[in-house]
Amino acid sequence: MYTFSNRLKMLSFVLIILGAIAVGVGFMQSHKTFSEVETLLAHEASGHGSGHGEETKAHDTHPAKAHGTEKAHAGDHAADGRGQHDAHKEHVEHVQHQIANRPWSAIYVAAFFFFMIALGVLAFYAVQFAAQAGWSPVLFRVMEGITSYVLPGGLIVLLIAFFADKHLFIWLDPEVIAHDELIQAKQGWLNKIGFFIRGIIFLGGWSLYRHFSRKFSLAQDEANDDKNFKKSFRISAAFLVFYIYTESMMSWDWIMSVDPHWFSTLFGWYVFASMFVSGITTIALITIYLKSKGLLPKVNDSHIHDLAKFMFGISIFWTYLWFSQFMLIWYSNIPEEVTYFVTRIEDYKLPFFGMLAMNFLFPLLLLMNSDYKRIPWFVVMAGLVILGGHYIDIFNMIMPATVGDRWFIGLPEIGAILLFAGLFIFVVFSSLSKHPLLAKRNPFIKESEHFHY
Amino acid sequence: MEASKVIHAIYNDDDVLMAAVKKVKAAKHHIDEIYTPFPVHGLDKAMGLEPTRIAIAAFMYGCVGLCVAVLMMNFIMIEDWPQDIGGKPSFSYLENMPAFVPIMFELTVFFAAHLMVITFYLRSRMWPFKKAENPDPRTTDDHFLMEISVHGNEEDLQNLLQGTGAVEINLVDKAH
Repeated sequence: MYTFSNRLKMLSFVLIILGAIAVGVGFMQSHKTFSEVETLLAHEASGHGSGHGEETKAHDTHPAKAHGTEKAHAGDHAADGRGQHDAHKEHVEHVQHQIANRPWSAIYVAAFFFFMIALGVLAFYAVQFAAQAGWSPVLFRVMEGITSYVLPGGLIVLLIAFFADKHLFIWLDPEVIAHDELIQAKQGWLNKIGFFIRGIIFLGGWSLYRHFSRKFSLAQDEANDDKNFKKSFRISAAFLVFYIYTESMMSWDWIMSVDPHWFSTLFGWYVFASMFVSGITTIALITIYLKSKGLLPKVNDSHIHDLAKFMFGISIFWTYLWFSQFMLIWYSNIPEEVTYFVTRIEDYKLPFFGMLAMNFLFPLLLLMNSDYKRIPWFVVMAGLVILGGHYIDIFNMIMPATVGDRWFIGLPEIGAILLFAGLFIFVVFSSLSKHPLLAKRNPFIKESEHFHY
Repeated sequence: MEASKVIHAIYNDDDVLMAAVKKVKAAKHHIDEIYTPFPVHGLDKAMGLEPTRIAIAAFMYGCVGLCVAVLMMNFIMIEDWPQDIGGKPSFSYLENMPAFVPIMFELTVFFAAHLMVITFYLRSRMWPFKKAENPDPRTTDDHFLMEISVHGNEEDLQNLLQGTGAVEINLVDKAH
């Protein structure tokens, strides 16, 4: 039985409070008046002379970037032949919006990141049941602890989406819709009521599976037969079918729609790979933490080895999907598709390529050797890099659409990570402390205890 | 050529064989070789064989494959006969690199896999037209054979092996 230590509880509260303060400051700093933004831009122009020339050029060459508003606007000037003044005003207002969007995007990225970890673990857990895996039952309680964050995490993401409204989702801005035929044509799917109805269905389905699988797992502890396990097996198989459809639609709604003109048919898989590898990494980290406290005596090197193999394998799977998406779009070079990567490579060079190094090269080289996968501190270091890389992955999915080149990993971003990390730790470890950490009556528990590679 | 004597202990079950191997090792005898009809999990560890280094070889072969792909595509597509494909006539390796990634991947895998298999066969001293080494054809069907060389301790070994569940124990002259 695990008790949520006071030190860890304290840490989670400190993280939440620090994070909340930083996010609050971030919100306060994001309200800039027109003249403040004007001075800021003038300052930037004089500050790095030639640098700004490039910046504005980059700005003007991508009309579809950052909400696609500039495209509509650019069309407007050409038609009306309006003066320099209007163009200036529009540019300043545009930057003003981007600055105002930043804290919303920052909390949305962090909230989604921690939610996605829990959802990835839920899928991994269901796979273990559906496959009747023999190696993993000693880790089930750790996974169940992490999945307790699915419901609160998902509600938070939906709440942020609700209040952020057009700060995140440009297709909710009536002014933009009025000038944008593409978005008009997508109104049947992209509308606020539909978004939340779908969100509640997705989250409801996932939470129901979480609720019942946890219930059956706990009931199995005291049972004399395998009835609960069989029920879990059945609902896991059904959940996986529901999950793979809803996860894909969720990724269109919650992420891809921030760039409403752009779409990619393998986006759902790509987001899935991200959440799967982040989830497995978190299982490994929490398992190693609990084992270091002596709370998981049945977990041996081979379990850590298997988790690290999954981290390695799914990292490569992620790269495969990332590259499949990137290469087809890069090669075909169709304007409405390729802007997505043009924006990211021009304005987000470091996070874009840095993420590739963190999510592909690092795990590839670090975790290739079989022996390293059994060394806890090695797995922890690789895991932290993978988690960082996948945070940046989500960052790259949201930020270019909402803040354009006004991005930075500063106060609101780090604050939001701390805030949701604290919340995640609090929810997960509270749940871990409620029941024994060994699913003792699982029919495969003996096989799992004796698992060796 | 000097002839030496070896004992062939034959078993008909892999679990019995594993137990026998552990007993023989515990009695500090050196097992020359074991012939089995299929791979027996854990046998290498029980026999005290060194871990395989084929993974390291595979990594190096993969690196060779990657280099071959990089150099080959650079020669074919950039230096020798540059082509304008999909509006990308940049004559620059780096700018065309994403298109070559699938080739790099495939050649890495191709080199690693094929060279690893070839290495494995050579290291196991198996090549075409080679005469089979296994002393008893039943080891290709359903029997397991443990070969232990005799250094004047024939009695000892016979007694030990008798107790391990061997179905047959033969003393054989082996020509070197």
